[in-house]
Amino acid sequence: MFSKIIRLSFLLSVVLLTFSGVALAASGDDEDKTSFIMHHIKDSHEWHFATVGHSHITLALPVIIYSSDRGVEFYSSSSFVDPDTHHFGVEYNGYYIDEHDKLQAVDESRSFLDLSITKNVAMLFLVLIVTLYLMLSASSFYKKHPNRAPRGIASFVEPIVVFVRDEIALPNIGPRYKKFTPYLLSLFFFIWIGNLLGLLPGAANLTGNIAVTVTLAMITFFVTNFNGNKAYWKHVVATPGVPLPLLLIIVPVEIIGLFTKPFALTVRLFVAITAGHIVILSFIGLIFVFESYAVGVASTLMVVFINVIELLVATIQAYVFTLFSAMYIGAAVADHGHEH
Amino acid sequence: MDLISPDLGLIIWQTLGFAILFFLLAKFAWKPILAALEERDGAIEASLSEAEKAKLEMANLVAENEKLLQEARIERDEILKSANEYAAKLMEDAKGEASKAGAKMIEEAKAVIETEKQAALTDVKIQVAELSLLIAEKLLRQNLSSEASQKKLVEDFVKDIKLN
Repeated sequence: MFSKIIRLSFLLSVVLLTFSGVALAASGDDEDKTSFIMHHIKDSHEWHFATVGHSHITLALPVIIYSSDRGVEFYSSSSFVDPDTHHFGVEYNGYYIDEHDKLQAVDESRSFLDLSITKNVAMLFLVLIVTLYLMLSASSFYKKHPNRAPRGIASFVEPIVVFVRDEIALPNIGPRYKKFTPYLLSLFFFIWIGNLLGLLPGAANLTGNIAVTVTLAMITFFVTNFNGNKAYWKHVVATPGVPLPLLLIIVPVEIIGLFTKPFALTVRLFVAITAGHIVILSFIGLIFVFESYAVGVASTLMVVFINVIELLVATIQAYVFTLFSAMYIGAAVADHGHEH
Repeated sequence: MDLISPDLGLIIWQTLGFAILFFLLAKFAWKPILAALEERDGAIEASLSEAEKAKLEMANLVAENEKLLQEARIERDEILKSANEYAAKLMEDAKGEASKAGAKMIEEAKAVIETEKQAALTDVKIQVAELSLLIAEKLLRQNLSSEASQKKLVEDFVKDIKLN
């Protein structure tokens, strides 16, 4: 098994270096060789898969702009690409995409909303489709065969559903867990499948994008606080058992605490996934920096190893995000406030 | 598009996408799956308790069977015992009757033998008497044919008388 991995790594390195020789002829210094890392980590208006020689394998994505003066506008991102450099920068209908891959209006006084189907939005659609397909096929099994042991996709989904229900929702939320189980299940599967698909070569870094993690964290924040009961709010604004002078310190801390929870959720998922991608890509980048077969073999081995760890991280982060969401919701709906 | 500043467009798409995902999954996936799981849990629970009940019933049945068997055994023993007793009594009675009948027959046979014996003795007595008479006649005829013998006889008689 191990020797097989080594042989495979060597083969991969040879292939990578053969291609890179051509690719490097076009690019110049070391910074160019590793710029693909940040390019992969960040969002973009086009989906770039590979560069073979001078030709780029790129999927042009729709650019959707809403502005109060011009309404909704649709363009293809290829309209903004310079045909010579293959980079963004061309002006089109009063817009251009700058060097940070950000859509800008030529007239700087205009304000608009960039609703483009960026790489991450396209990835989001992919994750939604995969998740919906898996879960709906699983649920169709239960409709067709009630009271039967699960088979196929259902047997893959069922242990996870049972785990989220019995190990995350029930112990952390308590008797009212049934109301929140669907949310926690959706959260877990979205993050997990997003993490796993993000590990595929050429995939976008969806769950490692801060806009995505902040949105998920804010949903948990709203679910938590809209369902908060009297004891929870009393605990926040007038912590029981605390003398009045101390309340002046405790209450601001508690109110800040409301917001540090979603902040922690946001940063934890964003950092864990983005860091994993950066580590993997850095090891691949080493091959192009050193241009050595030995480094190629070692790097590929490390990439395989980190990839396996990332599979674990993908699951752990989905679990942790769901678990903490459940704990925050649990604290807000608990019948007895926590007495410190 | 910066690394750590969230992009508004993506936030809008993510909110929309996740909301759609949540509502579709909640309605078409989680509801049926969770309901099916709960139903199956209930069914398993019910069949387990039913099995437990059946086991108890089985044990009761076995105990009852054992009791019935025990009772049947006791009854059989009683029947056998009474049958033995009856047979013994029957044999005893038969024996008594047989010996009584035998004794009676022996008694009767003895009586017959006695009568026969008496008859035979009477017969013998008559024969003896007749023979004695015959012998006496012959003797008399022979002995009294001469003078000497007659004399002698008389002398003998006289002798006898003297003796008496």
